Amino acid sequence: MLIAVLAGLIVSILFIPFGKFFRQQAAIAVSLLPISLFLYFLSYIPVIRSGLPVSFHYPWVPSMGINLDFHLDGLALLFSLLITGIGSLVFLYASSYLKGHPYLDRFYAYLSLFMASMLGLVLSDNILLLFIFWELTSISSFFLIGFNNDDPVSRKSALIALAVTGGGGLLLMAGLILMGHLSGSYSIQEMADNAERLKNHALYGLILLLVFAGAFTKSAQFPFHFWLPGAMKAPTPISAYLHSATMVKAGVYLLARFSPVLGGSDYWQYTLLIVGGVTMLYSAFHSIFRTDLKGILAYSTIAALGILVFLIGIGTPESLVAASVFILVHALYKASLFLTTGIIDHETGTRDVTKLAGLRHVMLPLAIGGLLAALSSAGLPLTFGFIGKDLIYEATLHSPGILRFVLTAVAVLTNIFLLYAGFLAGIKPFAGSLPQQFKGVHLPHGLLWIPPVLLSLLGVLFGCFPAWIGEVLLHPAAQSMTRLTTVAPLKIWHGFNLVLLLSGVTLALGALLYWVRKPSEQRLSALTRFNALSPEQLFRRLYRSIIKLSVWYTNTMHNGYLRVYLLRIVVFAILLLAFRLLTADGIVIDLGTVSPVSIYELVVGAILVGGLYLSVTTSSRLTAVAATSVVGYCICLMFVFYSAPDLAMTQFTIDTLTVVLFVLVLFRLPPFLNFANNSVKIRDGIIATLFGCIISLIGLLVLSEPIRTEVSNYYGDNAYVLAKGKNVVNVILVDFRGFDTMFEIVVLSIAAIGVYSLLKLRLRATEKE
Amino acid sequence: MEILLVILMGLLYAAGIYMLFRRSMVKLLLGIMLLGNGANILIFLLGRITKGQPPVIDEAAKVFTDIYADPIPQALILTAIVIGFGIQSFAIVLLKRVYVLINSDDLDDLNTPEDEDI
Repeated sequence: MLIAVLAGLIVSILFIPFGKFFRQQAAIAVSLLPISLFLYFLSYIPVIRSGLPVSFHYPWVPSMGINLDFHLDGLALLFSLLITGIGSLVFLYASSYLKGHPYLDRFYAYLSLFMASMLGLVLSDNILLLFIFWELTSISSFFLIGFNNDDPVSRKSALIALAVTGGGGLLLMAGLILMGHLSGSYSIQEMADNAERLKNHALYGLILLLVFAGAFTKSAQFPFHFWLPGAMKAPTPISAYLHSATMVKAGVYLLARFSPVLGGSDYWQYTLLIVGGVTMLYSAFHSIFRTDLKGILAYSTIAALGILVFLIGIGTPESLVAASVFILVHALYKASLFLTTGIIDHETGTRDVTKLAGLRHVMLPLAIGGLLAALSSAGLPLTFGFIGKDLIYEATLHSPGILRFVLTAVAVLTNIFLLYAGFLAGIKPFAGSLPQQFKGVHLPHGLLWIPPVLLSLLGVLFGCFPAWIGEVLLHPAAQSMTRLTTVAPLKIWHGFNLVLLLSGVTLALGALLYWVRKPSEQRLSALTRFNALSPEQLFRRLYRSIIKLSVWYTNTMHNGYLRVYLLRIVVFAILLLAFRLLTADGIVIDLGTVSPVSIYELVVGAILVGGLYLSVTTSSRLTAVAATSVVGYCICLMFVFYSAPDLAMTQFTIDTLTVVLFVLVLFRLPPFLNFANNSVKIRDGIIATLFGCIISLIGLLVLSEPIRTEVSNYYGDNAYVLAKGKNVVNVILVDFRGFDTMFEIVVLSIAAIGVYSLLKLRLRATEKE
Repeated sequence: MEILLVILMGLLYAAGIYMLFRRSMVKLLLGIMLLGNGANILIFLLGRITKGQPPVIDEAAKVFTDIYADPIPQALILTAIVIGFGIQSFAIVLLKRVYVLINSDDLDDLNTPEDEDI
């Protein structure tokens, strides 16, 4: 199992060294990966069908509760088969669709990475592991949306998608950690076993909020839906695979997976019902205004995701069966429609539904595939979509309370729009007479047209034998979400009842809508007038204002003037220190131990102050340097007074050397320019004086603190005994702390090399600029 | 006497900070030097000051018999002075280089913000 999950990651890494070889040769060979995984997961069907989930445990970081725990139950198996099955077809399809593309190796690397992370996501039992895979799907999706990286729109869409899903992921992580912390276990199965503990906890609402944020952003629920239409910038096989069949269902998967853990409360139910309901109506309504085929499909995908969230929100066993059926229904017909769209785009060069017509004359098999997919999406009897829609209506009708009428109405309305959208994408391009410009179009390579047709045929096959697929795959999946007591087999025919009537109404109204209403640009532009209110625009505005804020911040805070930086740092330090000093319990300065001042010290101090004054105020560079050296010599004398002969010698030497260097190197510079006006000087003076005062105050405070001398005494006592030296300062430097001194010498040598090379450096005239 | 040193230290800090705020590169450099001197005196004060008792053991004795100045701040300051010299000398030469290249002592002339970056 571990190998099955990691195989994709390994393959994607192998593309780094072998990518070039791969691009020229066997592009199709990599499809063996998803196909073999598909067969591997198929082999688990009998086990899962018997009702026994399979667990795999590989220790990873056991001390932190992060283990490679995989849990294969009905839900995981349904998703795994979707991921690998549709993955196989997409891998095959893309090898022809992107034939000769310069980045084909990169494409397959991202695709394998995505497949591995998606498999890991649905199989993980450990929520932290789940989160890691969750983020990996976001990242691989980012790369795949931005696959055409020379297109700025493509890059922008990728960024928006990453920002939305990544932001949601961050909140999800907080939610997952909270869940693990509160329930004491990071395993979903264990959490489900004592779900009451989480549900009754005071922070249950917060957990829900965080988990919903993750699920809704990933599954493009209103108001976070806008990244998905943008994600259609990706190559069409990607749109089919990631952004309709698998990745966007990760949020739905998460909700389904957490249904036993968090579900059942009013908060859970009403939030999902409202968000799912709004999403499905809003985007189904939007889908009928689009003229771009992929736009239509994108919005109808969002609507389908809304339906799934909505069904999980109802939360009855019936509705969860409906959800698992609809996951499969939607994946089959939507992937087929996307792949069909890809072929149309590939062969005719347009995806504009108002221009496309009559392609059945040149691409008959594809037309049949499109028709079947559209019929499945419409829910015609004998297609799998019919079963799905029936179950949805049944679930809404049987939902408790007065709510059922509202829910049913919402579901019917959404399905009417979806039917229209499906017809637009699957039938409209093939119907009517062939325009002149498409006369040269011909049926592409089999690798392109077989996958979508196969998916459509599967839709019909499952539609004819619903009981079989239900028992094999879908009932176990629903069983993972809830305890099913009695399982009614999926049936084609339920007899004449309200559900059938509603299905008929949906079909009739949808077909009528398709008959009457033709897609047009005008309607689309009419809709764009409301764009200013859409969440996407709000997001963009937020995005722009964040950029504006950071530009403003950079320009004001990082304006490139050293003195402004320093000024801010010093003012901040003053405020911080002043605050600390003012809020202290009362400053006690004890001057009892202070020694008296002699006349020498006073005179030296006076000279020092004079030198300081001169160096600050003079306009001559040489005077300033000389005055600074006077200050240095005064300090040197202070060291002499206070028992530090070594310091005095060093200070004297260094001061002299500095002045010599200064004069030698800089004496030819012009005098100081007086840049600052008086008010600036006064401001700087005040700040500098304040800082000086605070430092002096701190110095005084330190002096009134008691001193500890253990370390000094150790050095004093042992200088001769251990190190055979009588000058303690020297002994410390060369013996006790000898390594420090050695590294100091290294630093000085580096500085010396720097000085020497700067002096010797001769720039050519061209390099001066 | 400590009071005098404390006041001098404050003045050195104030003068150093004031010089750091100037546009001239030479003044900036002098400011760093003054600030460094101020910091040395602060360290010196932290160890308390002792008059006329250098931390050197008598010729005849093996250990101190009298009180002596704290050697640790002195060792620290010695290191600081030497490293400070390394910085100063490198900065002086660098300053010279800059002057040769842009013919100015003005820090603001070093700013070449690239408009497209902002």
